[in-house]
Amino acid sequence: MFVPCDRGGGSASSDFKGFTLLMPAVSVGNVGQLATDLVISTLNMTKVGYFYTDCLVPMVGNNPYATAEENSMELSINAEVYSLPSKKLVVLQIRSPFIKNKYRPFCQTLLSWVKSSKCARVVLLSSSHAYQRDDEQLLGTPLRYLLTPDLEKAVGGLMQELNWKEMEKVAAYPGINDTEKVLHIPGGGITKLLFTESCSKGIQMAVLLKFCSEGDNIPDAFALVNYLNEWLQLVKSEVNTSSQWKIPSSWRLLFGNGLPPALF
Amino acid sequence: MATFFGEVVVAPSRAGVDDEESAEEAREETPEDREIRRELEKKREVDVLWTLKSGASTESSADEPFVCSKFIVAIGHNAAAFLSSFILDSVCWEVVGVAKLWNEWCRTSNTTNVLPTDSFCLFYRLISDPTVLLCQCSCYVAEDQQFQWLEKVFGCMRKEDLQVTILSTCPVADYKTQESTLTLPSPFLKALKTKEFKEEVCCPLLEQPNIVRDLPAA
Repeated sequence: MFVPCDRGGGSASSDFKGFTLLMPAVSVGNVGQLATDLVISTLNMTKVGYFYTDCLVPMVGNNPYATAEENSMELSINAEVYSLPSKKLVVLQIRSPFIKNKYRPFCQTLLSWVKSSKCARVVLLSSSHAYQRDDEQLLGTPLRYLLTPDLEKAVGGLMQELNWKEMEKVAAYPGINDTEKVLHIPGGGITKLLFTESCSKGIQMAVLLKFCSEGDNIPDAFALVNYLNEWLQLVKSEVNTSSQWKIPSSWRLLFGNGLPPALF
Repeated sequence: MATFFGEVVVAPSRAGVDDEESAEEAREETPEDREIRRELEKKREVDVLWTLKSGASTESSADEPFVCSKFIVAIGHNAAAFLSSFILDSVCWEVVGVAKLWNEWCRTSNTTNVLPTDSFCLFYRLISDPTVLLCQCSCYVAEDQQFQWLEKVFGCMRKEDLQVTILSTCPVADYKTQESTLTLPSPFLKALKTKEFKEEVCCPLLEQPNIVRDLPAA
C-alpha cells in the first residue's frame, strides 16, 4: 500500500518507528483534511511517499503546497505521506472520498501499515455534524477528543490539565432505553470505525474532532489545528492564533472563479 | 465545503461514508447478501481481450506482457473523436484489443466496427511500429472500475521505457482561474507531467488549484 518516494535518501526517509502519525478522516466540511493541509504547509513537510490504493476516487494535480514556480510542478495524488523527522511526525493526507464499499478494506490496510511501520501513535482529525448535538453539547466548546485505552494510560492526565472535553456517548436506543450508551459520530466518515478497530487492536489512537456544518470551513480548520497544537505543540502559540499557520496555495478559489464581467 | 455555483457535486455525502451505508455494513452479511454482492461485482468486472497476431482472442492475463514504447490513451467522447478524425485510419492502424464493461451509465458495444455515438473502448496498434499502442475509450469507466481497468490494461504491457500520453477533456466551467473564462485562448490546453517525462510539453502546465479526476487521474 505505502510506496516510498525515490528521494535518494534510501530507506531512512520511510522509517517511522516511534513517530506520531497525523491523518484526517474525510468528514463533514472536510475539516480534518483542511487542518492537515495547514500542518503540512506550515511545517514545510517533505513528501516521502504515497498510498497505492483502489479505495479512494483517483485524482491528480500539481503540488498543492507550491510557493514558487520551481516547486509547483510536482504531481500530487489522492493519498500522500509527508514527514518531519525533527518532530517525529508523519502525516497522511487524504484528498478524495472513498469508493462505495471500500472504506472498510482501507481501514484494515491502514491499521496494518500503522502496526508494521511501528508508529507510536495515531492522531485522527475529524468532524461531526453540528446539528446532531444535544442540548448540553450546544453550550461550551465545539471541540472534542477521544483516546483509545492504550493512549489513555499515557496522556489521559494531560487532557485533564488542558481542560479538554471527551466526546460524549449517546443512548443506543434513545427514548426507549437510556442506559446503554454507544459512540456515535455522525458525519465523521471512517472515524468511528478506525477508533473502534484501534481499541481492539491495541493501537494508541487519539481522535480530535469539531462539531461543524458544511459551509466555509476554513475557520473550523483553524480551530481544529489550534486545538491539536495545544497538545502536540507543533508551532509556537501566538496571541493571534491564525497567523502562525501558513495557508497553502491550493486554497485559492475555493468558492469558484470571480464574477465574469459579461454578467453585467 | 460548501458547493459554489456551477460545481456539480457527484458524491452523495462529503463525509465519504453515507450513514445508511455504514448502518448496512454494521449488520452481518447473510449468504444471500454475499451472493448478491458477488453477482454485482461480477457484472461490474472489466474484461480486456487482446487479439494476437494469430487472430485468436485471448484473456489478457494469460500471456507474457508485450513490448510497448508509446501508449496513447484518449478518454471521453471528445478525445476519442479527436483521434478518429486526425490520427486513426484503417491503413496505418489495426485493432488489437477491446475492453468490455457495464455500469449504470453505459455498456460497451460488442463489435469493433463502432459508430462515433457508441460507447466503446478499443485498442489499436501502429502497423509500421507495433510497439506504439493507442486506446480510444469513449465509455464512462465508473469509480469502482477505474483501478481494475488500469491494472488489466497496464498489466499486459512491459513498463520499461514506456511513454504514456493521456488525452482528455474537462468542461471549462470546472476550470478555476482569477480571470474570466470567456477570455481564455482557444484551443485551451493544459498539461500534467511526471518528473520522469523529460521532453518538452507543448502547452502550459495545469495550475493549482485545478485537478483532474476519474480515469485520466487513475
